[in-house]
Order: sequence, then structure tokens, then C-alpha cells
Amino acid sequence: MTDDVLNKLKILAESAKYDVSCSSSGTVRRNTNGGLGNTVGGIGICHSFAEDGRCISLLKIMLTNNCMYDCAYCINRRSNDIPRATLSVSELVTLTIEFYRRNYIEGLFLSSGVLRNPDYTMERMVKVAKDLRGQYFNGYIHLKSIPGASRELVTEAGLYADRLSVNIEIPNEQSLKLLAPEKSFDSIFQPMKFIHQGILENGEERKKFHGAPRFVPAGQSTQMIVGATPETDQDILYLSSALYKRPTMRRVYYSGYVAVNSYDTRLPALQQPPLVRENRLYQADWLMRFYQFKVEEIVNDAFPNLDLDVDPKLSWALRHPEFFPVDINRADYEMLLRVPGIGVKSAKLIVMSRQYGALTSFQLKKIGVVMKKAQYFITCRELPIMSIQELKPEIVKNLLLTPKHKKGIFNQPELPFDPI
Amino acid sequence: MIIFTYDKTFEGLLTCLFDAYAGKVFPDVLQEETSLLPLFYDGVYSIVSDPTKAERVWKGLQKKLSPTALTMLSASWLADGFPERDMLLFRVMHKAIDAPKTIELNFGDADVLQLSRIYKQVRYERMRVIQFVRFQKSADETYFAAFEPQHNVLPLTIDHFQNRFADQKWLIYDMNRQYGYYYDLKSVSEITITDKGTPLLKGILDDQSMAEDERLFQKLWKTYFKAIAIKERTNPRKHKQDMPVRYWKYLTEKQ
Repeated sequence: MTDDVLNKLKILAESAKYDVSCSSSGTVRRNTNGGLGNTVGGIGICHSFAEDGRCISLLKIMLTNNCMYDCAYCINRRSNDIPRATLSVSELVTLTIEFYRRNYIEGLFLSSGVLRNPDYTMERMVKVAKDLRGQYFNGYIHLKSIPGASRELVTEAGLYADRLSVNIEIPNEQSLKLLAPEKSFDSIFQPMKFIHQGILENGEERKKFHGAPRFVPAGQSTQMIVGATPETDQDILYLSSALYKRPTMRRVYYSGYVAVNSYDTRLPALQQPPLVRENRLYQADWLMRFYQFKVEEIVNDAFPNLDLDVDPKLSWALRHPEFFPVDINRADYEMLLRVPGIGVKSAKLIVMSRQYGALTSFQLKKIGVVMKKAQYFITCRELPIMSIQELKPEIVKNLLLTPKHKKGIFNQPELPFDPI
Repeated sequence: MIIFTYDKTFEGLLTCLFDAYAGKVFPDVLQEETSLLPLFYDGVYSIVSDPTKAERVWKGLQKKLSPTALTMLSASWLADGFPERDMLLFRVMHKAIDAPKTIELNFGDADVLQLSRIYKQVRYERMRVIQFVRFQKSADETYFAAFEPQHNVLPLTIDHFQNRFADQKWLIYDMNRQYGYYYDLKSVSEITITDKGTPLLKGILDDQSMAEDERLFQKLWKTYFKAIAIKERTNPRKHKQDMPVRYWKYLTEKQ
């Protein structure tokens, strides 16, 4: 460990930072007798937050940023003139363990450029994971599976890693061909299928033999770049929804495109990454995973792109006034979830609390319902306030979008004084 | 107005509850024995902490409430900055014992809701300790971390650290409350640093007291922390929201 490593760490962290996945959740791994580390309760722990507000949970780093591919959207493409570096297996193992001991990180997220060929790169990544486990390290390990790696290596990686992932990056095959001619949908979906089958087979095996080793216990995840290609939100969300149909796919990440290679004319020249759109996509993703929305309710042929002004749930409610107002004291849980301003937590609290007596709007506010939004969509035994039925959806939207006047001097009525 | 005075311990609070039921007198105000009485009151009862009485009340509560709700009661006791929290806990326990069925899910009740809020804060603070503790390896191979939690939550984090860092000696010290926990590879013990001159009480180790490679790893971590941020997406508001400034004092990456 010398200053040389310091330099490499800097280069390889900068190369890895555009991958948004950070979670360290989805599995429980106990500390083996006297070893180092564990993965707690299935929830991840964020140990720090970078200046861009993104959480740092895992040591997110690349094995090497040398790459034989020339993908237009990637900072590490072959034709870019950037400093290149490669960390050795032992350097990566020491860095991970020493950072972990100081409570800086929850584990390692290792990805890599493709060096020589996919299998050569994958083999070295697997070696890092294997060596870490060999040193009784029970922290979280997330390995990126290299597109085109052989099934044997993916299977071996799965025995040491908690999560494996393959990034789709571009949600449409034609666009992918245009931007990354050396990649194909096949080379991406093939390893995904290996992982999926491996997890299912492992599940069967563990039913028979309790002590059978676990295979990728935290499942797989993937990432799509948003705003680099002309795909609509409908294209993106339909693909996510199809991916979530496989139970082993735990997360789809959306990464607002940062114009890293602005010289490439195949890509749009963006001044700013599309942060609002990215946020709306995550909200839509949440609606599919936690709010029991179907993808075609969020986007469809008539409504292919998400509304940037309002969140997708409010947008759905405004398009479907016929479902409202909802009676808080009677409606079932599924319907409560659809009310703008009521989240999963408040919906659960409402269902639990109303068996003790009817809830009032005052109590709803206390429970944590955002009444500013919810007031137009609910009734609770009191005299109804103006609901979406009396007002029109457009008016409700306007009311929610215009900021209320700040209290104070500006809000006082003006008295017209005629000068004498 | 009925006043109970007691020793401001959790055991004492449970004894108050026992004596209240025994004497059929319920307090409106709970006070520490030494604090000044108000101008007007109807009666003062001095309660003496009694482990057996406290035990019986706790056993009674176990029949009425779920383990989660019991944790909520004992953990909320560690909250700081809520002077009325003992009276609140008293009222909730009183209601829990009187009610025919468990009250813990009745968030329409102001006291239950308030208690769940306090518990949430305590839980969050515990999580922050787990997130933001930064160990520095000292010259004698002990990993040392200083922290200033808002609530007295260090005891709630010990299981986690003992489990996770089972093969290294560590010491976590609450700088405000002047106590900490030390793990010697076998068991954890509560300690107070009495030697005022030790560099530990500064919270940040100096070059003499830290291990040889410590400076290098701190440098590596700081470099990594800077490199991982995407400049085009800089968002200081979210940065400070998720990692509040009050924790920066002992965060290695913020030195």
C-alpha cells in the first residue's frame, strides 16, 4: 500500500462513479465465528453521502478502466484519452478490508472495463471476491457480471457475491447497436438468465440440503441510462416491469445521462443531466413495486411520457377523478395507497388505527398524511372539503402547483390611500 | 395536582406506576426528588425505587404489549430533549394496563403517536451512530471512535458493533455524556476515561497515538470520497440533509 495505490484509487473511483447502484440490502449474512463483518437484517446501511447527495454504502470501484469496447455513452470507452489504471487483486482485498474495519463502508461493489476478453476480466473479479471470503470477510459483495462472460464464471461468482448485476444501459436494441456496436441484447440478457436460473436451482437445492451454499442471495439488479437515446418513459418502464416479473430481479436503476463524451454526435448535447425525469422514473418504479400499480396505468400509448410537473401518482389520480374521493375510514388498503399524499407507512397506520375509532383530518395530519395533497381526494366523517369531484382536475393541479403566499408583510391587503 | 417525586431512573418510573395502582392515586406531574416543587399542589408522594416492584410492573406490561412495544418504551427512555417524556411514558403504560386490548397500534391516540415519534427519533439516532462512526486505528491496535449522539443511544448500538467487528479491539466513546464501550475481543464493558490528558478525549487521534498505516488509509478514504462525487450533479442540500453537519466533527472524510 503506497501512494501509487492512492493514484489508482482516484482514477478508478472516478471511472466507476456513473454506476448508480449502491444498495447493500436484500440479504442477511451472519458473522462466522470470530470473523469480520456481517450484513444486517436485510437492510443496507449508508455510511456516507457524497457531495452530489448520493449515498456511499459500498466501495464502488473498478478493477481496471482499460476497456476494449467503444460504447458511446461510457467515460471509459477505448477512444477516450483518460488516465488508465488497474488495481491488483491483493490491493483491492486490502482496501476493502481496511475500509470496512474503520466502518467507512458496508462492502465492495466491483465492476470493470473489459480487458483482453470477458472471461479474463471476470476471472480476476471472481478472484477478488473469493480472496475476501477466504479471509473471513462477511460484508456485502456486489459484482458486476461482464457481458459475454461464460456460465462457469458467473456461477462461481454467485457463490461468493451477495448480488450480481448486468447493466442494460440502453433500453432498446437498435439504439444499443448504434451506440455500442460491440454489444448486443443477447450478451446482456444471457448472463441475466444464468443468474436467474442459478438462483432458482439453488433455491431447490437448499430445500433438499439445508447446508448447501447460497447463490447470489440478494438477487440481481440492472441499470438503464435515461436521456441518451430517444426512448420514451413507456419503453423504459415496460422493460422494467417485464424485468420485475422475474422474482430474482430486485432493482432497476435509472441513471440520468451525464454528457461525458460530448464530442460524439450520436448523443444529445445535454447541458444538465435529466434529473427531474430520472426522479419521476424512480417514483414510477416505486409505484410498481410498493403501491400495486400496473405499468400500463402509469404510462400507456395515450400517455407515453411521465408528467414532469407532478409525480406519477398524482398524475394518475388527476386522470382518474372517478375513483375519488376515497373514504379514509372504509376504503381498503389498496385504494388508500392510491391517494396522493398517503404513502405506504401512513396507509398502514390508517388501517391499524381506524379499528379503534373513526379518524379525523386532524389525526390524519398527525399520522403523517400530506394533507395539502390528500385533501382533494379523501373524505373522513367531517364535512367534505372541496374534493376533486367539485373542482375540476385541472384546477386541483393548478392549486397544487402554485406556491402559497408566504406569510408576512406581502400578504397584507393593500389599502388604497388617495393622495391629498 | 398530584406530584410524584422519584430518582429519574427507568426502574423508578416503573415503581411510580406500581405505587400509583397500589394507592389508587395517579400523578399529574413527575419530578426529580431534588427539584423545586411548584407553588400550588394537592399532594406530594415520594417514591423509592424498588427493583421487585419494577419487575412486577414490567411483567404485567409484557402480558399487555408486544415485544416491539416494550422496546419502544425502554428505548424512548434514552431520548434527550423531551423533559416531559417520563410523564408521557407513564400515561402510555397506564393506558396499556387499563385497556382491555393492546393500545400500541392506536395511533389516533395523541400519547401513543407522540411516543412512536420519540421512538422513531431514537431509532434514527441509533442508525446514525451505526452509519457515521469512524474508527481510527490507534498505536495499540484498538479501533477508536468518538461520537456525539443527540440521544443517549450508544447502548443500543453495541450488539451491532460487537457482532460486526468481532475480531478487532474497539472503543466507542460518547463525548458529551463522557462514557463509552470497549471491546477486548472477548466482551464489551462500559468505561469512562479518567485521564484528562489522553489524546482520546480530543476525538481525533494525533500522529503519535495512531497506528503506522492509519494516516495512509485516512488519505485513501478522503481521496475516494472526493473522486466518487459526480460534479455535474452536485447537490449540497441533499448532502447536508442525509449527513447533517452536526456529525461532521468526527467524520474522517470531512476533516
